Amino acid sequence: MSEKMLNRALLSLLIIAPWLAHWIDEPYYVSLATRIAILALAGVGLNIALGLGGMVSFGHAAFFGIGGYVTGILASHALNYEPLFSGIFAMSGSTQMLFIWPIAMLVGAIAAIFIGLLSLRTSGVYFIMITLAFAQMIYYFSISWPNYGGEDGLPIYLRNSFPGVNTLQPIQFFMICCTILLITLWGVSRLQDSRFGNALKALRQNETRVAAVGISPLGIKLAAFVISAMITALAGSLFADLNRFVSPTMFSWHTSGQIMIFVILGGIGRLYGPVAGAIMFILCEALLGSWTEYWQFFLGLLLLWVVLFARGGLIGLLCGDKAHD
Amino acid sequence: MDVILLLEQLLNGLQLGIMLFLIAAGLTLIFGVMGLINLAHGSLYMIGAFACAAVATWSGSFWLGLMASLTFAAAAGALIEVVIMRRLYHREHLDQVLATFALILICSEGTRWLFGSFPLYLDVPDIFYGAVNLFGVLQYSRYRLFIIVIGLFTALCIYLLINKTRIGMRIRAGAADRQMTAALGINISLLYTLVFALGAALAGFSGALVGSIQSVEVGMGEPVLILAFVVVVIGGIGSIRGALVGALLVGMVDTLGRGYLPQILQLLLDPVFANTLGAALSSIAIYLLMIVILVFKPKGLFPAHG
Repeated sequence: MSEKMLNRALLSLLIIAPWLAHWIDEPYYVSLATRIAILALAGVGLNIALGLGGMVSFGHAAFFGIGGYVTGILASHALNYEPLFSGIFAMSGSTQMLFIWPIAMLVGAIAAIFIGLLSLRTSGVYFIMITLAFAQMIYYFSISWPNYGGEDGLPIYLRNSFPGVNTLQPIQFFMICCTILLITLWGVSRLQDSRFGNALKALRQNETRVAAVGISPLGIKLAAFVISAMITALAGSLFADLNRFVSPTMFSWHTSGQIMIFVILGGIGRLYGPVAGAIMFILCEALLGSWTEYWQFFLGLLLLWVVLFARGGLIGLLCGDKAHD
Repeated sequence: MDVILLLEQLLNGLQLGIMLFLIAAGLTLIFGVMGLINLAHGSLYMIGAFACAAVATWSGSFWLGLMASLTFAAAAGALIEVVIMRRLYHREHLDQVLATFALILICSEGTRWLFGSFPLYLDVPDIFYGAVNLFGVLQYSRYRLFIIVIGLFTALCIYLLINKTRIGMRIRAGAADRQMTAALGINISLLYTLVFALGAALAGFSGALVGSIQSVEVGMGEPVLILAFVVVVIGGIGSIRGALVGALLVGMVDTLGRGYLPQILQLLLDPVFANTLGAALSSIAIYLLMIVILVFKPKGLFPAHG
């Protein structure tokens, strides 16, 4: 099977299945598909750093959670009629997705610039561990800081709104998430083949050579890290709206590991890898979860098998080796 | 400030540091010798604690439990090394992170399957109940003192093993240059299994020791694992000396931070706000420490390989 055909099949599956579920009135499956679309989006974000740039970030939960908390905090201020800041920079909360998303991405980007500048000084294992440390820092901070729910998390009483769409209806919210995923996939496919994307891929292979032809590695890597974080933050914002709840779990290292799993299960460095990975992960979770309480045990076995024996992930298994890029 | 309280906090910090060292020593050895990031190290800690609790309950003897924690964790470590880890030595760090992450899922859920979700309790022997009088002024828990002593003793044993014995020489040689070591006729794969089992036994042992202070439950290894990673990274990956310094540093900063940061901030800020900020800051103090150290020394305090 060619990779292109598989990609199309995956996307059609992701789009058609929830409509079928909607048609036979099974909203649970619609929200399952929404989860897949959102988590795939987070994976697409991570894949830019991990797959294209070779930066093994074990702290993307930080950006996922930041997106979630920005959403939760803005919405809670708007719903309680409390201004977010007063004084010169007066700002009130908001329940408009179109306003919340850019803020979530902006805050994610600021965090990523800060984390990236410090982390990119290191490499290899140290990079993995320092990104993990930043995420853990935010995790423990969110637990011990009592405003905005602390350990208990912060509920969003009403899903935020989007002009002309009834976001409370599962299928309509799904369409929003799915559209964002499609736009992002298109954007990333353009990014991959751009000058910037080529420089990034070259950096993954040999940093010294890239530096020798006159491209500064740090700038490219930092930009990729920030873009990657912004996409993951956007996914976090949507995830908060899906659950109408944000909690410190979004920052936990299990979340980082999970986003990484989507990328690897699907096939690292492939555009549609995270989509395939998220579909497989969530379906496994739903199927195994209905069969046994200990589904994570079998998920672990599956993941171990993929890492040890099926190195190209799901797409690699079906389509063979990746063409050299 | 209360000197007695400070002394007690220092001892608590020392105890946390020593325990972290036992876990981090294995982690850093495994990385230094095999080049492997082992996220499943926390699971071995958990296995040790469960083995100790189960055997101690079954036999009624805490000491048998401690022995069991060493044996079970070492056996589990050797098994994991032979079946899985061997395939990962030549892989990228990313593959190692994922495979060992999968192992965490398997170990945690497997343990939950066997023992259920309720925490087990591990009683300390009668001789460790109560407090002991130190320096004539301080009442300190006997059991915590026992942990400090046995931890220091174990640390000394590790030092002697690595620096003074033939097997230790081989381990150091394996860390410095594995091909050359293999070329000199040393059975590298046996050495690797041994190092892994040793690291696992240390982790399991400390799990059993700490299990009596806290409860023995699924997931108990994860916070500790991340702390141990912070220790290893601060000390310089692969360096035992670095692990010792890092462990004591992290143990002290964490304990003293939690004890004193809110009080110190109260001198400067509004008390309620100072308490909140102090609690939040002390929970992230060690990560701040690690980041500051890595910014100035990107390879840790004692870089192992030059």
